[in-house]
Amino acid sequence: MTDIAIVDYGMGNLRSVSKALEHVAPTASIVVTSDPAVVEKASRVVVPGQGAMPNCIHELTVRGLKEVVLEAAKNKPFLGICLGLQMLFEESEEGNMKGLGILPGKVRHFLREAMIDADGNKLKVPHMGWNQVYQTSRHPLWNDIANDARFYFVHSYYVETVTPEITAAYTLYPTSFTCAIAKDNIFAVQFHPEKSHLAGLTLLSNFAKWEPSSSH
Amino acid sequence: MGLAKRIIPCLDVNNGRVVKGVNFVSLRDAGDPVEIARRYDEQGADELVFLDITASSDNRDLILHIVEEVAAQVFIPLTVGGGVRRVEDVRRLLNAGADKVSVNTSAVLNPQLIEEAASHYGSQCIVVAIDAKQIRNEQHNDSRWEVFTHGGRKATGLDAIEWAKKMQALGAGEILLTSMDRDGTRHGFDLALTRAISDAIDLPVIASGGVGNLDHLVDGILQGHADAVLAASIFHYGQHTIQEAKQYLAKYGIEVRL
Repeated sequence: MTDIAIVDYGMGNLRSVSKALEHVAPTASIVVTSDPAVVEKASRVVVPGQGAMPNCIHELTVRGLKEVVLEAAKNKPFLGICLGLQMLFEESEEGNMKGLGILPGKVRHFLREAMIDADGNKLKVPHMGWNQVYQTSRHPLWNDIANDARFYFVHSYYVETVTPEITAAYTLYPTSFTCAIAKDNIFAVQFHPEKSHLAGLTLLSNFAKWEPSSSH
Repeated sequence: MGLAKRIIPCLDVNNGRVVKGVNFVSLRDAGDPVEIARRYDEQGADELVFLDITASSDNRDLILHIVEEVAAQVFIPLTVGGGVRRVEDVRRLLNAGADKVSVNTSAVLNPQLIEEAASHYGSQCIVVAIDAKQIRNEQHNDSRWEVFTHGGRKATGLDAIEWAKKMQALGAGEILLTSMDRDGTRHGFDLALTRAISDAIDLPVIASGGVGNLDHLVDGILQGHADAVLAASIFHYGQHTIQEAKQYLAKYGIEVRL
């Protein structure tokens, strides 16, 4: 049986996600798959994704993966990365697209007029590079990761939650946005742990071992 | 408290070896790409850039194997460029483990390539490399920067600032800006050029060309407004480690990932 299924719906480079997971969980069976049956049987599911949200929802749907992803989000250790975080919400400003609607909230574009730092310098979009992640809740996936550790980001949209209790971390650019959420068996991040050196590898290693309890 | 400025070592790869030339002549061997990539990763490099300068098409696939090998051991973003002509080339490099693909000459010959590649794979993985050279107009006593292609050999007539704006409009996610006047000179970045482009667009700009000491990196960020600074020879030959460079930047109040 597959320990970790990385859902391949044709959006971007999944090789780095699988390589990083293989590195931290060398004995686990890890597959990159677009087969709904494999995702359904896997004990853990990772939904990565880069590119545009409308394409992403479209590709998930036509490949018959939407149902198994929704199902996995109900009962298995589930890790969303980048678009894999954004798609969990109700809707996105990117192409005015409906998301999977598992979590209440919206995906918004960085507001151009607000992109100025404290010294008056222009901030670029996409938000690209290493920024600090401030944890707001204790969670097994944060084990052994410093509370202001830097992770690698590359995105122009961010999630705006309406239920602040699901926020697991925030980042400043220049104002604060939710960069990680946690709810029951779901953990999802805006940054790329697979590209975030030791902090990222630690998070992936924590995910590979994570046993979500119903009480969390 | 915010986004860190990035330090990016650049590895020019020729026939599977890292080399460093001065103005594209007298290539000097600097070592094995996988070994060098691992060393920079350990020193805290924020990203790595590989530019394949292999002339012979027979040895083109060497870079794919190198990228595969590096991507299995180094968990920071990898940008790969050189000889990217079609969307298919972008796909092959991404599948080998590149996170971003850098396009230079082909973006000028076929700007649609940028639009197509960005819509297929997302802007986040499309870097447009611009090689610019200052052109003086003695009559008007002013100057502009012109885009050059084919490793700096061919003038295009394109204004570098307008070109950067056009690439942003077509979907590029980042600009890798090299001053042809400074490349290999160790006299520092062309700060006016870097600043002009960085201020004209919303995309992050990586400054490249001319780094000879750590002050040049500081200047590129503080005066050139670069979001990232790229250098090769000061790191390849052990003059400085990445960590030293970062600590130096931090002394000037520049935010870095230490």
